[in-house]
Amino acid sequence: MIMRLNMWQKFRKRQIYKHGLLIACCLNATLARAQMDHSSHEHDSEKQDMEKLQDHNAHDSEKHDMGKMQGGTIPSDARNPHAYSDGYTLTRGPFAQPGPRLLKLADEHAFWSVQGDRLEYHKESEEIIYDFQAWYGRTYNRVVIKSEGDMKEGDLKESSTDLLWSRALTAYFDTQLGVRIDRDDEANSRGWIALGLQGLASYWFELDLTAYLGEKGQTALSAELEYETLLTQRLIFQSRSELSIYGKDDRENGVGSGFSDIKFGLRLRYEFSRQFAPYIGVEWSQYFGDTADYREAGGDGSSERQVFAGLRFWF
Amino acid sequence: MTCRSDLLTENLNRRNLIRAIGMGSFMLSYPNLLFGDNKSHRSPQSVPELKGNRIDLVVATSLIKINGVERLATTINGSVPAPTIRLREGESVTIRVTNRLSVPTSIHWHGILLPYEMDGVPGISFKGIAPGETFTYQFKLRQSGTYWYHSHSGFQEMTGMYGALIVEPKGSDRHYADRDHIVQLSDWTDDDPMQVFSKLKIQSDLYNFNQPTFFDFIRDANTLGLLDAVRKRQMWHQMRMNPTDLADLSSASLTYLMNGAAPSDNWTGLFNRGERVRLRFINAASNSFYDVRIPGLKLTLIQADGQDVEPVTIDEFRFGPGETYDVLVEPKEEAYTVFAQSMDRSGYARGTLAVQSGLSAPVPTLDPVEWLTMGDMMGRMNHSSNQGSSHSGMNHVNSHGGMSMDHSSHGNNHEASANIAKPTSTVRHARSEYGPSVDMRVDMPRTNLDDPGIGLRDLTQKGLRPEGHRVLTLADLKSIDGVLDDRREPVRELELHLTGNMERYSWSFDGLEFGKSTPVSLRHKERVRIILQNDTMMTHPMHLHGMWSELETDQGELLVRRHTIPVQPAQRISFLTTPHDLGRWAWHCHLLFHMDAGMFREVVVS
Repeated sequence: MIMRLNMWQKFRKRQIYKHGLLIACCLNATLARAQMDHSSHEHDSEKQDMEKLQDHNAHDSEKHDMGKMQGGTIPSDARNPHAYSDGYTLTRGPFAQPGPRLLKLADEHAFWSVQGDRLEYHKESEEIIYDFQAWYGRTYNRVVIKSEGDMKEGDLKESSTDLLWSRALTAYFDTQLGVRIDRDDEANSRGWIALGLQGLASYWFELDLTAYLGEKGQTALSAELEYETLLTQRLIFQSRSELSIYGKDDRENGVGSGFSDIKFGLRLRYEFSRQFAPYIGVEWSQYFGDTADYREAGGDGSSERQVFAGLRFWF
Repeated sequence: MTCRSDLLTENLNRRNLIRAIGMGSFMLSYPNLLFGDNKSHRSPQSVPELKGNRIDLVVATSLIKINGVERLATTINGSVPAPTIRLREGESVTIRVTNRLSVPTSIHWHGILLPYEMDGVPGISFKGIAPGETFTYQFKLRQSGTYWYHSHSGFQEMTGMYGALIVEPKGSDRHYADRDHIVQLSDWTDDDPMQVFSKLKIQSDLYNFNQPTFFDFIRDANTLGLLDAVRKRQMWHQMRMNPTDLADLSSASLTYLMNGAAPSDNWTGLFNRGERVRLRFINAASNSFYDVRIPGLKLTLIQADGQDVEPVTIDEFRFGPGETYDVLVEPKEEAYTVFAQSMDRSGYARGTLAVQSGLSAPVPTLDPVEWLTMGDMMGRMNHSSNQGSSHSGMNHVNSHGGMSMDHSSHGNNHEASANIAKPTSTVRHARSEYGPSVDMRVDMPRTNLDDPGIGLRDLTQKGLRPEGHRVLTLADLKSIDGVLDDRREPVRELELHLTGNMERYSWSFDGLEFGKSTPVSLRHKERVRIILQNDTMMTHPMHLHGMWSELETDQGELLVRRHTIPVQPAQRISFLTTPHDLGRWAWHCHLLFHMDAGMFREVVVS
């Protein structure tokens, strides 16, 4: 577990480093000066704000305060949120309307969504890749379906579908429990039990981390990390990384144990609306260890690069 | 500058596009609306008036015109806004409301003291009005002033069910005016409000087109230096919060209306030179705070939420859904623009005061979008309040450790305590604030009332307004009558926190949405203090039905009677109330979507 975490941290650092590089590249003075169109007043007040901020940092550990503002454990003297009810409820007590409760607001209403995160055509491999997530439920408990796969010439080549019960754990993270079915038309189908964590980490990293236990005792870990930069209100640059780790060799399906593959993709989309955004992108994949060997034996390389155009949408 | 106007055009184009699409989806979701039996066409400029002690209202779907385009609305007597109802203090009124919709409806008399069965909240005061049914409201008017009425069912208010309710005083008005105009501000979406809500549930920032971008960062790096540009963002990024999260809906989905007229329709209120004109501003919007000013005119504020206040001369005020302000103006020129920009600066409602129709005055540009400050998020490190707050954030931080030890030892003594002349300053979060329903908690709230709020601070220094420009704050409001009618000290103190999770789009009191909550129980005629602390980054206009909310300072000095109190981010306010009327009452944020998401409590008076 510790090893995995370390790997994870390294990976995350690398991700941040990549963004750092990008930022450095874009710190192009000419470009920036073109954006400087506001009054000196604004500068002054911003400078003052920054001074206040520094002042604050100097006097007190601001991080400590911010940390206390989110999450945390319930202190022993926390208020009882029902302390003022005198034992009455929404349906019991003086002047309550007779019969079942009539007033139900959106917190007791189920919503749903289908999110097409990726639907893209890879030029080189002539494959269509899809990656959908759909959910149904209330705010804190939902049924989630995640499906990913690739199609070639109209046939579904490979797919992986998770059916999960998603339950809110913290303000920003959900735990997910369910099953995953892998289909591969050149190999065996596999069933897994899935246990995951999905949400929004500090600094706006979208994280999806799932551990799997297979029918024959195989284990796997998959992680996805996304980060978005708004270039304008509608032009959005997304970097997306994916990695898979397997606990056991699965020769039939061409999967070797250990660190199996890592993908890093960059996508630039234009949001005609928040719900409809075509994009272009490039993705690098690197395969490791036995997985790479199996691929090479099958005539595929241990690394590849794909260029693609795609569509992101939700409804 | 060019950049901003480009953005505006972009938004406008988008809005038109959305309109075209939205109308289709609206009709699809309500096919039955198309065949409503009470269609009428009315120009947005003429709001009908109803008087007398017997009034008949019919709720139906009607076609109305906004921006010259016909749209389906939920209407009262066929108009948006609904007819202005004029009643008289001391008299009894019978109002028959007939429902010609295919779904239940209701009407709530906002700010009016009455028996709880007449308050019009389905599921709390009564069963609601079923399709085809007529419900008879009967009550005696125990107050006078500017109020309004609206549906309390689903999102009907958002699709047109709101109107002004003016109660004339028994005697003569305290302030003479030659003319009287109602200026009712609202907002309109072409989309089905439930779909809009669903979208926020999926992506809560989808209507925000003023988000910080990479090029803003570059700009800051140039002006502030790279390190400070990073630091400016660090807190927001770390906490996964958006500094421009000023409104959930924007002009990307809303058209801002003044008396039912879009900005291009230019509602016009007439006057003769030399006249004294009373303007009754009502914020009947579903989800929009407005910042209102009339360039060239001083506003003498004389009434807040229907209650006379000591006159105060201002240039601008902010008000949220549910609030009303009456002002006197003495126009001398030909025409003035009444300008009401939305708090998120994505659009505006606008009309004209003029000596004859067809005139207009220059329309100001929208102010730039300002980021929320550290003080808006964390509380008492804010130094930018209007009159210069004396609070020192640093001292407070240092003393905080001591304070929390203090409150753990005193624990639950609040109810028994004899000395609660002043509101308690010790923050006590509810245990239900530590779960997934709450994305932040404020430990050092600000308690000063002299802050006009984000986007309205230090406007003169920023070069956005002329010298001497004065923006109203809650600290400026002092009731003339009523507020000291009950001189008793409160017998107990209740503390509730306004909470939410923007990412999940959920809003609540103490981290409990309405469905999970229990009522707040008050004893009949007791004097009680209620503390509201805002643990979110948005301003919430909190409306308590059935009794006054008598706002006090953090020193326990009573200021003003309100029915709707706006609570700013990281602010802790308190008010006293004396529940004179038995029954169950609603208490909620008047941002319609926050209310519907669960920032709603029942209050039992027994």
